Amino acid sequence: MAKTTAEHHGFPWKHLIGFVLSIVLTLFALWVALYTDLSVTWILIIIFGFAILQAALQLLMFMHVTENSTSSNLTSRVQIGNILFAAFVAIVIVIGSVWVLTAGHAKHDKHDEPKTENHGGSHDSEEHGSH
Amino acid sequence: MKWDEFFVTGDPLIYGADVSILLTMVGILFYLTKYNKWKWLWDEWLTTVDHKKLGIMYIVSAVLMLFRGGVDALLMRTQLAVPDAKFLDSQHYNEIFTTHGTIMIIFMAMPFLIGLINVVVPLQIGARDVAYPYLNAVSFWTFFIGAMLFNISFVIGGSPAAGWTSYMPLASNELSPGPGQNYYLLGLQIAGIGTLLTGINFLVTILKMRAPGMTLFRMPMFTWSSLVTMVIIIFAFPILTVALALMTFDRLFGSHFFTLQGEGMDMLWANLFWLWGHPEVYIVILPAFGMFSEIISTFSRKTLFGYKAMIWSMLLIAGYSFLVWVHHFFTMGSGAAVNSVFSITTMAIGIPTGVKIFNWLFTMYRGKIQFTTPMLWSIGFIVNFVIGGVTGVMLAMAAADYQYHNTYFLVSHFHYVLIAGTVFACFAGLIYWYPKMFGYKLNERIGKWVFWIFTIGFNVCFMPQYFLGLDGMPRRVYTYSEESGWGPLNMVSTIGGFMMGIAFLVLVYNMYYSFRYAKRETTGDAWDGRTLEWSTPSAMPPFYNFAKIPEVTGLDHFWRQKQAGKVEKLTAKDIKPIHMPSNSGVPFIMASFFFVAGFGMVFDWMWMAIIGLIGVFGTLFYRSFEYDDGYYVSVEEVIETEKISK
Amino acid sequence: MAHAETHDPNTPLEYRSEIGRLNILGFWIFLGAEIALFATLFATYMVLTPRIADGPALGELFEVKSLLIQTFLLLTSSFTCGLAVHEMRRHNVKGLITWMVVTLGLGLGFLYFEIQEFLHFIHEGANIGTSAAWSGFFVLVGTHGAHVTFGIFWVTMVLIQVAKRGLTPATSAKVFITSLYWHFLDVVWIFIFTAVYLMGMVMHHG
Repeated sequence: MAKTTAEHHGFPWKHLIGFVLSIVLTLFALWVALYTDLSVTWILIIIFGFAILQAALQLLMFMHVTENSTSSNLTSRVQIGNILFAAFVAIVIVIGSVWVLTAGHAKHDKHDEPKTENHGGSHDSEEHGSH
Repeated sequence: MKWDEFFVTGDPLIYGADVSILLTMVGILFYLTKYNKWKWLWDEWLTTVDHKKLGIMYIVSAVLMLFRGGVDALLMRTQLAVPDAKFLDSQHYNEIFTTHGTIMIIFMAMPFLIGLINVVVPLQIGARDVAYPYLNAVSFWTFFIGAMLFNISFVIGGSPAAGWTSYMPLASNELSPGPGQNYYLLGLQIAGIGTLLTGINFLVTILKMRAPGMTLFRMPMFTWSSLVTMVIIIFAFPILTVALALMTFDRLFGSHFFTLQGEGMDMLWANLFWLWGHPEVYIVILPAFGMFSEIISTFSRKTLFGYKAMIWSMLLIAGYSFLVWVHHFFTMGSGAAVNSVFSITTMAIGIPTGVKIFNWLFTMYRGKIQFTTPMLWSIGFIVNFVIGGVTGVMLAMAAADYQYHNTYFLVSHFHYVLIAGTVFACFAGLIYWYPKMFGYKLNERIGKWVFWIFTIGFNVCFMPQYFLGLDGMPRRVYTYSEESGWGPLNMVSTIGGFMMGIAFLVLVYNMYYSFRYAKRETTGDAWDGRTLEWSTPSAMPPFYNFAKIPEVTGLDHFWRQKQAGKVEKLTAKDIKPIHMPSNSGVPFIMASFFFVAGFGMVFDWMWMAIIGLIGVFGTLFYRSFEYDDGYYVSVEEVIETEKISK
Repeated sequence: MAHAETHDPNTPLEYRSEIGRLNILGFWIFLGAEIALFATLFATYMVLTPRIADGPALGELFEVKSLLIQTFLLLTSSFTCGLAVHEMRRHNVKGLITWMVVTLGLGLGFLYFEIQEFLHFIHEGANIGTSAAWSGFFVLVGTHGAHVTFGIFWVTMVLIQVAKRGLTPATSAKVFITSLYWHFLDVVWIFIFTAVYLMGMVMHHG
């Protein structure tokens, strides 16, 4: 799997395609988010899908995550496994935290606040509190 | 700030500590100067990048921290021995349980294990050093400086008092004013950098520095457990880094992550803390499992039973450990769905651990067991750890947890897993690899006394606490009334605590006794071991570890060679020049700048913090421009060190 | 430490020394830790977004124009950074330095617009102490900005070393590692673009 320098003598097509695709994905995500009438759920699914796609693009096209040294293919397996496990941990942290802290009683925590503490944010919580 | 706000005043215990710290420092300075040891200290220790020396420094620091944390524990037990005691006031008691917990986990358990990993793992995989020796020194010194920063809090500025979990809003500026809580935040932050670097360093070391022939499934179990531990460290410690940074922002820069004002969310701290905190539990227990596996296999004279099952169960734990954190705060009330899910994952994670217990039992089954002290600690571990494990499954049931939560039942549970697991392993590992580090064994007769006094004391101390907890005694209370009826069991518990203290003193005495009188080892194989660290010809391996890198042909390679009578003798023609990394003073200097930066932040003296940070980045940049490719040890020098006759 | 040098002419320079190979692998693993670090900041931000107290809502202050400028500057810098490594593998030192300098320029431009935006938000009454939501915003986006700042210093220093020593296995491994770092910052930005800005605007308007 060693990359040969021969691949690197010509025009950097791989980089250019990656760049163009990332621009397209960025603009498309922006369009979906701000200029379509899709429901919020669908917008979120689409734009996060694009984000993951674009991250994969960077990893493969620019960062050469599958590349390794000449000696063994353990290195590339470690590199890919490392990124996949990081993705697993990241998903657990983000989705887990949001779920745990907005489900059940925790959800009402914010609405209870004005009663137990004196701060003036109560009118805002009705507007922005639940989603 | 006045001087009497800077130094902690008013308590005779603290003045005593001041005097003893001063005397110790004067004594050390006097010794170093009188015997002209400054150059020796700098050349041999402060600038070393040798994994064995760094490991020894980790272990020495950890033993000192065990003493500090142990004194904290005995002060608490003294206060709780009788109802309505007046030995400590509530603030002082809060400070002591906070420092006890923090020091024991972060500055005792982790460095003790990491120290043993440092000494042993490169030897077990047949390597001459770790992948990044310079970074290894940075790891040690940042840990050490973090620990020192945390520890000076009790004489300068005041100790943190919000518990080792530092829940918000208790740890906020309003409820914990002053520098105490900042010491916690900065001390852990600086030490955490070192831990993360250790994680990366040893993961790459184990993956890439193995001797030829040592495939992944021929690695000793301690190396495997270290590998899995490093994976958990790499992904868990950044969470702590962020959580600590956010609380630091709340306290110093007026942000509202966990505060009551600005709609901050106090339980978000608990959530982040345990997202790190639960994997942390496995960080301190998996290396312990690895050590027990080595010791049980060696002294049962058998290959480890179910080698692969053990590895897969550890890999499973690495993933699972990130999926159970909510069981630390079931009572937050996230609702039935959340609590059920985390209840199930928590019970499930007990399964791979249970598998291991059977692995150890079947390893001993029909083995020729030798009851050495490391083996006694290992057997003691199995019995006591199971008690901790079973009570853990009780706590895993969310509905029942509402009853146990924050009581002495929980306190007893985690001491049964952390002491019977981690501390027993630290003692067992220390005794087992002591001849590798110092060239002689600790005295076995005294060692057995230590084991029995400690183990009996441990049970006398913590078994009553299960019942105190079921009887409703909450944790972290500094006293209780006569009518509660908790007096007698608490007195028993205190007696047990002091027995453990006595055992520790006997252990230290054993180190002195063995230093004076123990027979020096003449070979590298003190215990008739199975793995590569025992294959070095001299008791203590030379700085380059192996004159000739071994070629491994299977699991327990060294043992098989001995059985077949085919242990290779080194000859002069085997020797080639050996490449080694150079020593460097930069890690020590960098860590000192971290201290300056941390101390400045603790007191909110930003000028000082900025000077420290500039120093840190300065040393980083200096290192970037330094092209040091190490040096070669000549063939003659190796031949002379190995005492090979020509 | 084994010090075997590989002399296969097809192997890129940065992979030719044992130390180079070890450092590149170690840095990949460090990036795994960075993913966990940023994930924690994202989680914090997501949990705190609705908690705006008396301050403005996040989406209320975001502006598409500033967002697009920052995004394109950073995306392009990631592309030029890739071209720099491409040139390095053709042993073209001049091309490497040129594209890296362009990358640094784009990075500085990104920082300029980010700071402008932060100042604008502060002017509009949203700073780190306004509400939990804004604390989350400033620390998440600010941590990314601090990484970019560090990256600019780092790349500059590595370029000085390349200029002084030429392309060796040691310097090219350093260039390659800084390029990984730089691409990674772009990956993080993609998620900031999506989870902070787009989602903030969707939630506010939708």
